[in-house]
Amino acid sequence: MTHPNVPTGASERPPYDQPPVEALGRSGGRVLSPEEAAVMKEKVRKVEVAISLVLRTGVVVSVLVIATGLGLMFAHHGAYLPVSGHFSYHRLTSRSTPFPHSFSSLGRSIARGQGRGIIVLGVLILILTPVLRVAVGVLSFVYEKDPPMALVTLFVLAVLIGSFFLAGV
Amino acid sequence: MTPLDFVVSLALISVAAGVLGSLIGLGGGVVIVPVLTLLYHVDIRLAIGASIVSVIATSSGAAAAYVRERMTNLRAGMFLEIATTTGAVSGAYLTTVLPTRFLFVFFGVVLAYSSFTTFRRRHADQPLTVSHDRIANYFNLHGSYYDAVEQREIPYKVVGTKPGLALMYVAGLVSALLGIGSGALKVPAMDSAMHLPMKVSSATSNFMIGVTAAASAGVYFIRGQIDPIIAAPVAAGVLLGATLGARVLGRVASKTVRIVFVIVLVVISLEMLQKGIFP
Repeated sequence: MTHPNVPTGASERPPYDQPPVEALGRSGGRVLSPEEAAVMKEKVRKVEVAISLVLRTGVVVSVLVIATGLGLMFAHHGAYLPVSGHFSYHRLTSRSTPFPHSFSSLGRSIARGQGRGIIVLGVLILILTPVLRVAVGVLSFVYEKDPPMALVTLFVLAVLIGSFFLAGV
Repeated sequence: MTPLDFVVSLALISVAAGVLGSLIGLGGGVVIVPVLTLLYHVDIRLAIGASIVSVIATSSGAAAAYVRERMTNLRAGMFLEIATTTGAVSGAYLTTVLPTRFLFVFFGVVLAYSSFTTFRRRHADQPLTVSHDRIANYFNLHGSYYDAVEQREIPYKVVGTKPGLALMYVAGLVSALLGIGSGALKVPAMDSAMHLPMKVSSATSNFMIGVTAAASAGVYFIRGQIDPIIAAPVAAGVLLGATLGARVLGRVASKTVRIVFVIVLVVISLEMLQKGIFP
């Protein structure tokens, strides 16, 4: 007896796991031959799994780093911990609250083991996750032998990276 | 309220924002910004920074599941990102030029209109079988998804790429100016203008909002708008909520998604108009 939720073979793959051949294709509008379509089907599925994995990894790593930072912050500052007390969160959420917002101050903050620096690092990992996803997108379209879409995605990646430089990072 | 109370309560609210955002393709910023400013009395600029973080968290958290389940149209999403990212970069530099009040009113009116068009389409979810859109045909932006409610594969054709791109540019602009994912504009652009099925529009919007937000996040970081004690509970809570929410979309009917979307749109539209007219 096998457990009903455990897939045992290709026939029991979930229905969303199989891209239909009719929907496959590259730029240029040419219809794929049956052989090409069979290869394309596997490739498209691999790309979907890869992109999903990049997003999931980025999310998990950033949450772990953010949680570590939060833990350290509360461990270092006993005054933050009580459920009731005089220490108001407003002292940490006003415009004058000090926290790192440049790479040099972030580096110093992490070196000193400050929780807030480590949280910011986790948030930056979260921000970079979509950028990494676009980079994987460029590679995916090269892998699918689709130059027009690879160029489109490369343009998006260039604008994204450019936006960080324009910001003066 | 002590910092611990703040972190725990904000994380719980963020879980709810993540569930809602992942379901209808919005970033959850529409929940986070009013909660932070009205409930916690946080400065609007810090609230906007937290909202950008929430958008990226919703997007990455939900898209990981939607892409694997083939709910997202990857080709259309990546193609339309041309317009959203360029819009976002231009928007990040227009903040100083355009008066915010004008923006709120403009955005409120646009949303009121798109809630109306989305509502009008509530019974029509017949995907197109033919497309004469040259751009969509050239880049093969058409797709197909498995609908768990109807238990069948649903192929669809994409039209209206040009109005779609124009709306996406505006969405990117608004996203950077107001610190929201602007899924509120992306979903109607795909649903009404480009005729993608509602659930695909929502999943693809989710996929795109992270990239749009990332394009302006660098600016917010350098300007010191990303406060760690606000960002931490928001990011963690929203990620958890979005992961939960992504498990729901497949099992909900398109019509339900559209109705929830319209209700949220009306609320945001009123919120924006109120901010613009009675600040």
